[in-house]
Amino acid sequence: MSTSIILLCLVVIGAAAYLVARSRASALAGGRSSALHSRPAYYGAYAAIWAVLPALIVLCVWLSVSPGIIQTSVRSGFPADVKAQAAVEQDLGYSMVATVARGLTMLSADETATVAGDPAALQAKLSEKGVPLAGQPQPYMLDAAKKLNTMSMTSRHAMTAVVFALAVAGAFYALRAIAPRFRARNRVERVMLWGLLLASSIAILTTIGIVLSMLSEAARFFAVVPAADFFFGTVWDPRFAGAGSSSFGQFGLIPLLLGTLYIGLVAMLVAVPVGLFAAIYMAEYASPKLRGVAKPLLEVLAGIPTIVYGFFALVTVGPFLRDFSAQISGLLSGSYTNFIQAQSVLTAGIVMGIMLIPYVSSLSDDIITAVPRALRDGSLGLGATRSETIKKVVLPAALPGIVGALLMTASRAIGETMIVVLAAGVAARIQINPFEPMTTVTVKIVNQLTGDLEFTSPQTLVAFALGITLFCITLCLNIYALYIVRKYREQYE
Amino acid sequence: MTDIVSPTTGVTISKAPARRDIGIKRRYAAERRFQAYGIAAISFGLVFLFILLWTVIGKGYTAFQQTAITLPIEFSEKTIDPSNKRATDPSVLVAANYPVLLRDAIVKQLNINASSKPDVRDASAMLSKSAPIQLRDMVVADPSIIGKSVNVTVLADANVDSANKGQIDLSVDEKNRKVNDKQVGWMNELKASGALHKQFNTGLFVNGNSSRPEAAGLGVALIGSLYLMLIVLVLALPIGVAASIYLEEFAPKNRLTDLIEVNINNLAAVPSIVYGLLGLSVFINFVGLPRSASLVGGLVLTLMTLPTIIIATRAALRAVPPSIRAAALGLGASKMQMVFHHVLPLAMPGILTGTIIGLAHALGETAPLLLIGMVAFVANAPTTPLDPSTALPVQVYMWANEAERAFVERTSGAIIVLLLFLIVMNMGAILLRRRFERRW
Repeated sequence: MSTSIILLCLVVIGAAAYLVARSRASALAGGRSSALHSRPAYYGAYAAIWAVLPALIVLCVWLSVSPGIIQTSVRSGFPADVKAQAAVEQDLGYSMVATVARGLTMLSADETATVAGDPAALQAKLSEKGVPLAGQPQPYMLDAAKKLNTMSMTSRHAMTAVVFALAVAGAFYALRAIAPRFRARNRVERVMLWGLLLASSIAILTTIGIVLSMLSEAARFFAVVPAADFFFGTVWDPRFAGAGSSSFGQFGLIPLLLGTLYIGLVAMLVAVPVGLFAAIYMAEYASPKLRGVAKPLLEVLAGIPTIVYGFFALVTVGPFLRDFSAQISGLLSGSYTNFIQAQSVLTAGIVMGIMLIPYVSSLSDDIITAVPRALRDGSLGLGATRSETIKKVVLPAALPGIVGALLMTASRAIGETMIVVLAAGVAARIQINPFEPMTTVTVKIVNQLTGDLEFTSPQTLVAFALGITLFCITLCLNIYALYIVRKYREQYE
Repeated sequence: MTDIVSPTTGVTISKAPARRDIGIKRRYAAERRFQAYGIAAISFGLVFLFILLWTVIGKGYTAFQQTAITLPIEFSEKTIDPSNKRATDPSVLVAANYPVLLRDAIVKQLNINASSKPDVRDASAMLSKSAPIQLRDMVVADPSIIGKSVNVTVLADANVDSANKGQIDLSVDEKNRKVNDKQVGWMNELKASGALHKQFNTGLFVNGNSSRPEAAGLGVALIGSLYLMLIVLVLALPIGVAASIYLEEFAPKNRLTDLIEVNINNLAAVPSIVYGLLGLSVFINFVGLPRSASLVGGLVLTLMTLPTIIIATRAALRAVPPSIRAAALGLGASKMQMVFHHVLPLAMPGILTGTIIGLAHALGETAPLLLIGMVAFVANAPTTPLDPSTALPVQVYMWANEAERAFVERTSGAIIVLLLFLIVMNMGAILLRRRFERRW
């Protein structure tokens, strides 16, 4: 029976248990609901939980464990000469066995009989059924595949039986427990509480997952490339190891990191003044009407997907800067050659800066409005103009919060991907001309991981080393920013 | 009374001392400058927003129309099935030489000398390469059509489409553009006779990806994005709400809760590409789910959206006043009943608003999907979330990388579709907030 049908049956059993238990509880009460400890629905829920939950847990465990057990058992049945081969060869053999097994299930009994003992016919027959084989299966594979099929079949039957037995037994156990003084609500609520706790632990699990997955893959990378060469290397030049050479090229992080920081810096140079002044104007000067229009419009900038910014940089900003620079150089020197490349630090930086404006402005807006009224009134009362009040009183008071906001924005700039993928270029080099392309950590992660993957070469594993570097940098920035913001918020509360 | 000096006493009122120069003019000028900076900053942002939308819409609105050519096509038996074997061997119909049918039709329509090879080649180049497939499908679906002459509307080639929409500068030398003068002449001829016309581009919403811009569509991407949104909604909303309820209403204040809280705030700021790496190594490498599947994409986006939903939900729960809780508990409700019967329904509008905003964010997300292989060339619509698929923003990325000019139009068209979805979702969130927002 397929898993989805089992699940469906479990739902039906659960629903039945719910209905039976509920009506049974009502019957016990004899119409006086005050005779029951809990409302009848809780008795129903109690029975449904007992019917579904244990069966579901067993189902999940069985599904995740049984393939491994079956594989070990089938492989232990391989002939001795196969077992003597290298592990990689055995893996290949097993994957072929699995394919053959999948194909065999599609054949009728007659067809199976005709192809038995004839690998070539088997291969032809299977490819006819839409199961292509990489090569001709060896005789032992057919036996192994049959064994695999029998074992999976047995396992599936056993699983179905166990799951249903558990479901029914659970339902009966719960039904027997129902009595007027039975505290069904408390039991049900305890299960619910565990469910809530489980849900909130997913946040922690995600973090652990991120750290562990990246650490384990990065560790495999550092086994091939020394960590010092990665973190302090100044040349990024990965190569595919050829037949003769065992060199993988150089994986130097420095050029990527510098590119990331440079583009981030340009972006911040655009976003910080614009965002801050916009926030100050909105918070201190703008009439409610203007604020009501301009603030949402600016926030639209934050809602636009970054891929759209990337496209904008690629087809509008980049070519504009290129042609503009050609005009300028034509006016100055007479030769119309562009000195700004279409893909450059400047292009990516400007567009990313525009994207960051709403982050800076809305975060700083909140912080500026949180500065107590009394500080402003005091300054205005002493005869300062509004701009003086802002510059000398409000901003210094809000400074820690604003710094926190800027750090959060910076972490966003460092982690941004799509704009730089389309607008910054892929050349990893160390230079200071903002009109030339540079590349970033995120661009290289995308470059290394799109296309055909092979999870053993440092070519792909380096992406995880880059990823964990990125994760650590943004994490530090964020923790520090949160710390500052929190500390500052407490001052005025 | 005493401090009023009577004029009759003869005391002279001294003139007010000359105002001390405190630089008031300068200070007011600085004030005005400061305000001007603010206005300039806001206008800078708004101008760029305007330019961005203007570029996208200006380049993209034409993508919703497509040039098509209606031709009387002779489904001649001689070309399709010369040896009359179709009754016994239907594969003849699939392998038949359909481009010839089209060539003959357009040559006849334009009255070209069929022996002039360059002319014939140029003329048939005006039709999309997808047209023969269209004819093949027609014949396979209804073999009785063979031997008849039927008016068929086929797509024009992307270059003809661009020329027809006025996107190709015809003053450029003939050699440097993709349509030559002869083709432009034919195009105008066909246009005058009504055979060539623009029609609404349904293919953009139905077709899968294609290397030919005129036949490329968002069909697969739309289905993929729909799957992604459904998976995110089904997983992230319940888990997010459950997590927030626990943290807000039940969690004891201890180090573990603190840790979870800091964790969630940090997860909200983790770069999205890191989630892509997580999905690649956990869901694809470790669990063994298929690459390019929308299920994996949905799971990754769920993890990415969870912090947003949790933060919004906690804010909504916190906004429900304590008096509601006290009243429920006072009437004998258990804590769980209080939360699920009273607090949660009241917080629902806020939760839904946060969820929609989170979903809109997930809909526009590209980077993590690239890493889990949703950047595949998929021509056939996926039927289950386990089939290879792409998503709207990924399709935009793929088309943005195409060299052909006509793909710029498609890309902008796709962006318009994406932005429309986002606008609808955000409007929904705003309306929900307006309609149900309650001030306590």
